[in-house]
Amino acid sequence: MTRAIERREVALVDLLDRVLAGGVVIAGEITLTIADIDLVRISLRALIASVRVEDDARGTDGARVAHEGEGDRYDG
Amino acid sequence: MTEPLATWLYAVTAAPVGGAPPHGLTGVADEPVRLVERAGLAAVVGSVPLADFDEDALRDHLEDLEWLERTARAHHRVINGAARLGQVIPLRFATLYHDDDRVRAMLEERREDFTATLRRVTGRTEWGVKAYVDPASFLPDPDEGESGGDSPGTAYLMRRRAQRQDQETAHLRATERAEEIHASLAALAVATAAHPPQDAALAAYEGWMVLNNSYLVPDDRTEEFTDAVTALKERHPTVTLELSGPWPPYSFTAPPQPAGEVRRAETPS
Repeated sequence: MTRAIERREVALVDLLDRVLAGGVVIAGEITLTIADIDLVRISLRALIASVRVEDDARGTDGARVAHEGEGDRYDG
Repeated sequence: MTEPLATWLYAVTAAPVGGAPPHGLTGVADEPVRLVERAGLAAVVGSVPLADFDEDALRDHLEDLEWLERTARAHHRVINGAARLGQVIPLRFATLYHDDDRVRAMLEERREDFTATLRRVTGRTEWGVKAYVDPASFLPDPDEGESGGDSPGTAYLMRRRAQRQDQETAHLRATERAEEIHASLAALAVATAAHPPQDAALAAYEGWMVLNNSYLVPDDRTEEFTDAVTALKERHPTVTLELSGPWPPYSFTAPPQPAGEVRRAETPS
């Protein structure tokens, strides 16, 4: 097993910037139009919900409202 | 009964001379990764169960951040692994074909495109640079716009307006600083790409993200580039700079865009 190949784990956000929005787009037969940030926001919501729970537990303020009400779309 | 499979594409490379496929790599469905060759090119692919990766299944999965993280990392891991064997063109996440024959047809059809792209990125590496600022560091001095309001109500409104203006001024100053930094780095790169500012919760930063760019840097200038980032950190103590990379050229393999445009961070409310 060559687990040591990943010399360090890259930050998920930096990865999503590239993996979801970058790379060559070719007309795959099943290619989702997931390039745009909207998709990331949808998934972000799940994350933010979980982040908030932790934040609340630590007593952090609720000021980090992220893109509330924006784009419920998958496509660009 | 065999499960219906689809072919997930990770990257396109020049067909390996030694014929060495990326041994030991597994992909988004833990499947072994292999090469599909045609036209002097090789697609790095894996066979994934259609039931888990057709359009509907993907849409569902993408709501699941844990799944997204695991799968995005697997996609990236394969591309990185393939990059150790030669220059890769990363493919966008979730590009699937029904079978290998269609992949071969696609390689044939897009041969020129891929070959040109490979030429463009070979010997060059993508680096990411992000910059954050604490808005407070960019606010005008408090005595810059003193105003003596007469009634308490007027004074309050004046104060509110001044605060808003201060925020705008701060944002403008921070953006200008980011542009200076970008210009210094762009001078060492052959191409640049701007990503939108990241979500503050996901990226876990405070203040404003004023830069989230990728730079395609010739390999013989790597040190110069990373040194420049270090120097800029010292020159601009009010800006937090973060370097990431080296990356496979994710941001530079799409068809060339009109040059120049760098998206600015929006003013947070």
